This record gives sequence, structure tokens and C-alpha cells, in this order.
Amino acid sequence: MLPEGMYYFSGNDASAEGALAAGCRFYAGYPITPSSELMERMAARLREIGGVFVQMEDEIASISAVIGAAWAGAKAMTATSGPGFSLMQEAIGYAAFTETPCVVVDVQRAGPCTGQATKVGAGDIMQARWGSHGDYQVIALSPWSVQEMYDLTVRAFNLAERFRVPAMLLADEAVAHLRETIKISDAKEIWDRKKRTGASPFGTDEEDGVPPMPAFGEGERLAVTGSTHDDWGFRKTDDPDVHARLVARINEKVLRQEQAIGETESSFLEDADTAVIAYGFTARTSLYAVKQLRKEGLKVGLLRLKTLWPFPESAVGRAGGCVKRILVPEMNRGQVAGEVRKCVRCDVEPLGLTNGEVVPPDAITDALRRMAR
Amino acid sequence: MTRAMEQYLRPGVKATPFCPGCGHGILMGLILRAIDQMKMDMKKMLFVSGIGCAAWIPSPHYDGDTLHTLHGRALAFATGAKLYNPDLTVMVISGDGDLSSIGGNHLIHAARRDIDLKVICANNMIYGMTGGQVASTTPVGKKTATTAEGNPYRPFDLGRLVTAAGATYVSRYSVTQPVSLINSIKKALRHKGFSFIEVMSPCPTQFGRRNRLDKPEDLVADLMERCIPEEDAEGMSEAELAEKIVTGEILPCRE
Repeated sequence: MLPEGMYYFSGNDASAEGALAAGCRFYAGYPITPSSELMERMAARLREIGGVFVQMEDEIASISAVIGAAWAGAKAMTATSGPGFSLMQEAIGYAAFTETPCVVVDVQRAGPCTGQATKVGAGDIMQARWGSHGDYQVIALSPWSVQEMYDLTVRAFNLAERFRVPAMLLADEAVAHLRETIKISDAKEIWDRKKRTGASPFGTDEEDGVPPMPAFGEGERLAVTGSTHDDWGFRKTDDPDVHARLVARINEKVLRQEQAIGETESSFLEDADTAVIAYGFTARTSLYAVKQLRKEGLKVGLLRLKTLWPFPESAVGRAGGCVKRILVPEMNRGQVAGEVRKCVRCDVEPLGLTNGEVVPPDAITDALRRMAR
Repeated sequence: MTRAMEQYLRPGVKATPFCPGCGHGILMGLILRAIDQMKMDMKKMLFVSGIGCAAWIPSPHYDGDTLHTLHGRALAFATGAKLYNPDLTVMVISGDGDLSSIGGNHLIHAARRDIDLKVICANNMIYGMTGGQVASTTPVGKKTATTAEGNPYRPFDLGRLVTAAGATYVSRYSVTQPVSLINSIKKALRHKGFSFIEVMSPCPTQFGRRNRLDKPEDLVADLMERCIPEEDAEGMSEAELAEKIVTGEILPCRE
């Protein structure tokens, strides 16, 4: 691992270093702009420190190899962008249903389809949550800086291990290609998956709803399947009670922890009558816009979402209770604005920009001035 | 015959899930006989399978670690597990549709990498679990749920496909050739590289009943007549070989 100190990194490099610091020792991936530098750094660094790197034949194979390695005992990850993220969705559902901890970094670019491969976007927020079929949960974090590309990658691994769930870093091209100085510190919390010999790996009476997870080759004779299964992994594809219980548990174990998983940051919200709710790179231009308008005497503030899934309903609801209106600027056509509306009673105005550029501060100040009139 | 192979079955497993006359139950037993003769440690064996009837040969029946994955992706999951823990003996058991159609890309790339995976492809020449649709392995002219007038397209020659892609041990046998097949599985277990064994396995429910081989014994008799060892095939004309399935080692391994 890198010694403590200050480092000048791109966001992609910082995420790779965060993964290694969290204990990641397996990476499988496929080249795609704008995430490829992350894979290249993992290829070099895993070789240095004795982990496993493999470039697979496509993104489906990449996430499949990650899940296979996770069951062999690895902390494992892959990184991709929109088109590859689309290909991974079936296997992300597999990871959720088999409760496989793993991390997927999605460096979002301007979609849909091939779109503008080198330009920024944030159009995968809903796909991260609903991309696979059936009812399941994931955890998704949203970094706004190179520092957070590092810190939130560490956190994604911790949450994946703690809750046995796929965790995603929903980065965007702007943050991934940004270069900044970051601080790497040895003092960080690292979670490892629970293990208990002889315990059932797919059912638990414990309060958190997270069963222990052994690895292949430990003599536990694991039976892992993506079909509906009982506590021991036996297929139960026609038992309504087993299916209902399993689907409920894999959802509730995450949703019940919404407040523990949800992280937000408030700026100038104490006396604000108008709030901006933003995430990722857009939160940077939003903060700049808020500071500009404060100089003009407008009572505006910012709630920055560091967690996107499970949606931080409590924090958003509290902010919505204190202001008259909310602006949600984002690099898509209102994906998070719709979620905010579900949590608050005040007016919510989306400011969606889908031109392959970051949302400029002017667009945000213009919208806020108009709303204040 | 004793019930000695039951020691390799997971406690709680009661019966095979296969139709009467299915070849997969025979294959299930033959793999275990090879494992038994090789004195393999089941605690260090990982059986990976995809989706379909053949994927249920190991999952959850075999008493090692079993990983029942997504349709077509068994080899990619197996690659991740084997690379991270090389001490595992990783055997991939799945069907022809799973491994060569939806999973075809993973098959050629796994062969190219020559990672130590022991692949057993149970080939029943049809999609059994979903109701008998045409497969990438269905012979020309055979009737399926989606080719009522006979399959117009040529099937894959799986042995030559994976050989060309870089596999280092390749063979083809039928469940009607149990001794040769057990010996081949044992070779794959010893071989440190990508092994691929294609196993012809009859499907009376979906393939037989559509192709005038209604009774399980008809299919078995048909396979026994059509599957001929490579030494018998030498000197036969193309016309004589047209309906035959030549069995044996397509690419012997260095021992």
C-alpha cells in the first residue's frame, strides 16, 4: 500500500489505490473509455503487491470472474462505463441474490448507447438501482473529488463486505479524469466479511440479516445458486415462502440501514429558503453557484449526496422540511430529482443537462435567481 | 454394483432431477467414478455450472463446493475462482447450449488462456430444459420445437473449435462408452491445462420423441451405432462417416 502522505492523482488512479487500501486483491475488467486508466493501474499495482489481475473477453465475463473470485475468498472489483455497465446488469442481480460482496466502479459518460464516449454524463443513476430484473438492492456512492474517488472506493468495499451486497462507485468522467492532490492516511476503518464454520451461508437469525460467508475450498461444501435457495443453498424454485423470505431479507438488510449507509453534506442550509441537491461533479459547480448567490444575499444552500442508493430519504426529507423549494441540477433528465420529489412536500425543480458537458455554475445561478423571484 | 458413489453426494440429496432415459444421470455417476479412482479431495473441488439440465449434474448434488451460475457464464465465474485460488480443482459441467451458444465467446477465450479448468460438456444436441428448441449442436435435418421441417444449419464441431482456440486436452465420448469416458475424465483431472470433454448424452424427452427415437433404448441404440472409435473410422469414406460421431482423443495431452 502507499505510505501516508500527499499524492497528485487522477480520479481513476485514486480509486484504484483506494481499492488496494481496502484489501482488493482481484480485478477483472474490459477496456472502456473513460474508465480504462483505472484498469491499467490495477494491472500494474496488483502485479507489484501479489494480487490477481485478468483482462477478460467482455464486461459480462469481467463481473462473472469477479463474483467467482469473491466466492474463492477475494475482495474483488471491476470498473466500466455505460455500455459495459449495461452488459453487467444480469450478473449484478446474481451478486445481489447470492449475497456476493463486490465493487463495481461506473465512470459515467454521456449516453444513451455509445453516445459521446469521452464526454461526461450521469445517466446511469437509475440503471444502477433498477438495471437487473426482480426486486433487489445495491449500494451506490457518488464521489465529487479525487479525494473521494479514494475514500468512497474504500467505503464501497467496506459496505459490500459488511452487508454482502454489490456496491457501486457511481463516478463521472469529470471526477475520474480530474487531477488533484489527495491525502492518504493509514488510519482508516476496514471491514472484512463475517465467517463462521458450520453456519448457514444464506440465512441468519441475526438482527442485521447478513449471514456469514465462507469461501470455496474451506471444507464448507458450499452450494451457491442464482435460483431461489434455502438457508443452505438448496434450490427451492417452487416454494412461495422460501422465495418471499429470501427476497424480503436481501432487500430489508440494506433498506433498514438507510441512515447508516446514507452520507450527505450540508453547506449554508441553516437559514436557507432554497436548497440545491446535487451529487458528483455537479455538486462542485453547485457549491460555487451557492457561494456566488450568498454574496448577493440570496438564502440558498446545498445538500450534497455522497450516497445515492439506498436513497438518503431521511436527510433529503429533513432538508425538504426546512426550505420552500429545491433545485436538482444533474447531468441527466431528472433521475435524482424524481427521487427527491418522493421525499419532500416543497416544490422540486429539475435542472437536467444532457449535452456531454458539466452543469455550469451560470445555469445553476440563473435557475436559482428565477426561482427566488 | 454397490452404492459406494453415494459418499460423493451432498447429504439431503434424494433423487436425480433428470427425466427417465436421460443420459445426464449416467454422466453424473461416471464423473464420480473418475473422481473416486483418482482419490480426489472433494473439499478442494469446485464444480461450476451454467443454466440448463446439465448444470444440475453437480449442483447441488456433488458434495464439494458447487457454483450454479448464469446462463452461459460458467467459464467466466470458474476463471475468477481458479485464478484467485489455484489450489482448487475446478471442474465445469454444463450443456452444449450453455457452453457453446450463449457462452461461446467465454469458451474460446477460456481455451485460449489455457487455464487449468476441466470442462465437461454434456451434449444432448438440443435445448432440453426450455422445451426442445434447436441448438448450435443440433445435426442438420433434425426436428426440434423451432425447426419443424428440420434444422437447416450445420452444428459446431466442438472438439475442433476448442482445439483451434488453444485447449490442451480435448476428447469426445458418449455415455454409452463408460470405460473410455472415465479414463478420459481421469486424464483431464491429471492434466494441468484447459481440458474439454464433449459427452454425447441422449435426451429422449425433447430430442428423441421428435426424431423417431421415442423410447430411451432407441436413443441409446442409435448412439451406440453412430459413435465409433477413431481407429474404426480410419479408412471409412465421407459418405460412410456422414451419420457417425467419431469418438476418442481429438487432442491428446502430454503426460
